[in-house]
Amino acid sequence: MDRYQAGVIPYRRMGYWQPDYEPKDTDVLALFRVTPQDGVEPEEAAAAVAGESSTATWTVVWTDRLTACELYRAKAYRVEPVPARPGEYFAYIAYDLDLFEPGSIANLAASIIGNVFGFKAVRALRLEDMRIPLAYLKTFDGPPTGIVVERERLDKFGRPLLGCTVKPKLGLSGKNYGRVVYEALRGGLDFTKDDENINSQPFMHWRDRFLFCMEAVNRAQAATGEVKGHYLNVTAATMEDMYERAEFAKELGSAIIMIDLVVGYTAIQSMSKWARRNNMILHLHRAGHGTYTRQKNHGVSFRVIAKWMRMAGVDHLHAGTVVGKLEGDPNAVQGYYNVLREPHNAVDLRRGLFFEQPWASLRRVMPVASGGIHAGQMHQLLAYLGEDVVLQFGGGTIGHPMGIAAGATANRVALEAMILARNEGRDIWNEGPEILAQAARHCAPLRAALDTWGEVTFDYASTDTPDYAATPTAA
Amino acid sequence: MRLTQGTFSFLPDLDDAQIRAQVEYCLKNGWAVSLEHTDDPHPRNTYWEMFGLPLFDLKDAAAILSLIEECRRTYPNRYIKVNAFDSTRGWEALRLSFIVHRPEAEPRFALVRTEAEGRNLRYTAHPYAALRPAGERY
Repeated sequence: MDRYQAGVIPYRRMGYWQPDYEPKDTDVLALFRVTPQDGVEPEEAAAAVAGESSTATWTVVWTDRLTACELYRAKAYRVEPVPARPGEYFAYIAYDLDLFEPGSIANLAASIIGNVFGFKAVRALRLEDMRIPLAYLKTFDGPPTGIVVERERLDKFGRPLLGCTVKPKLGLSGKNYGRVVYEALRGGLDFTKDDENINSQPFMHWRDRFLFCMEAVNRAQAATGEVKGHYLNVTAATMEDMYERAEFAKELGSAIIMIDLVVGYTAIQSMSKWARRNNMILHLHRAGHGTYTRQKNHGVSFRVIAKWMRMAGVDHLHAGTVVGKLEGDPNAVQGYYNVLREPHNAVDLRRGLFFEQPWASLRRVMPVASGGIHAGQMHQLLAYLGEDVVLQFGGGTIGHPMGIAAGATANRVALEAMILARNEGRDIWNEGPEILAQAARHCAPLRAALDTWGEVTFDYASTDTPDYAATPTAA
Repeated sequence: MRLTQGTFSFLPDLDDAQIRAQVEYCLKNGWAVSLEHTDDPHPRNTYWEMFGLPLFDLKDAAAILSLIEECRRTYPNRYIKVNAFDSTRGWEALRLSFIVHRPEAEPRFALVRTEAEGRNLRYTAHPYAALRPAGERY
């Protein structure tokens, strides 16, 4: 049948299924988990995804012939069943570089996930991973500060940074809010943090929050002789409001500002440019991601969001704790951390990394571990997450029986003791509790923290887990 | 006050065996160890005085320990820290930095507030000790 005869023909016959295609080094590659409707062949479903995320519409159009359409068509080049998940298939799709606008996450996202997720021929669809070619990566600025320069600015090396989200997250007045910041910082934390939904509400307007928090930061700095910071959340209704808040944070001498993922990719890139112009560390809270990252069969994997955010250019990104209260399989979380921190990702199926990804010297993003963690887990946190991470103890600081500063001290002492022991060559995974107990002998706050939370764990099965247990050879 | 800069300031002062273990960890990682000292511990004082050049080729922890001892004898009333520099591409920065010696007394920092418009405050922190001339501070 003629390819360009008017009417409807299967996508795989329109050129979107090309099992012989050899992806070019400059192609953008995407891996989808496809669950076809009953009666739809997996190759046809993969071709449909490739078609709808590139040039196709539901019927043949003659205007294709006015373009170099074979180049612009995305090509599904490989389909394979997902191990132990009947009905689900991995579909690899290659996109030519010229399908994308340089330096635009919004354009990349609109192409790859813009239309296809509601497509009737698939019952469910998930974007699992992407390979961004060097040529495209080089059109993005990446993190304005990055791990190395952040550490140099803060003069803090060789250990995770410590943070704490102010709680209760809603309702405190500016003056009371600043009290929590001051106590936590003088007690030993490096950072405190606004929560994702602290913006400018009746109980505390944003200017008030900024002024009281900076008083607290400066007092804590003078009390300890150490650089301190508070992530001032500049998330607001419009870019104009966000710029106004960011400018005020700068005027007050803040080292860091924060935004929420829900502001959108374009706003994130705008704030990244602003942060670069103004020597500001940019913290991103991944508010809202759970709506599309958590379910295994539908949505977008967080590892893709992590890649996009390193390209968009943020300095901090929440990426899971493994041991805390929020969803996070250990291998999957380590995969996100590697995406954020490594100069080059090798294929690592056990951690959910399906593609080799060189990072073209885009700076390293500091991952943030936040949500239900406490001093008693310090050895596990360090073993799982490494030392280039911000560990955020919210309840684990503010809920301390001896007060907020004591809670902060407990966390800092536990951390330093664990780093010291690790560097000495001790097996912190097995000796962790003993190392903590030893450190608690010279630190009453740590003793109290271990007595209060030592036994608290959150052992629930993860919904989003990698599909490969051991590392098979990449075919 | 106790100045809490450096990786291990919340622990009791490290003894020589503990310092040696950390230095050995740095050497094992291929990092160059160096010593710096200051009598102006302001948190933004990036450039402490170097006590010689970084020891790029010295792989003997005992020799580094005797250098620390020499630095302590020379500057008994200053802060002294051990730095470890990693020249690996993509880092090219310090990977560990910890204080190994402190002045006997550590006076507090003063915080000066200058009121500006719109309830805005300008803050200046300075170590009380740094009000005196260099060499007479601690």
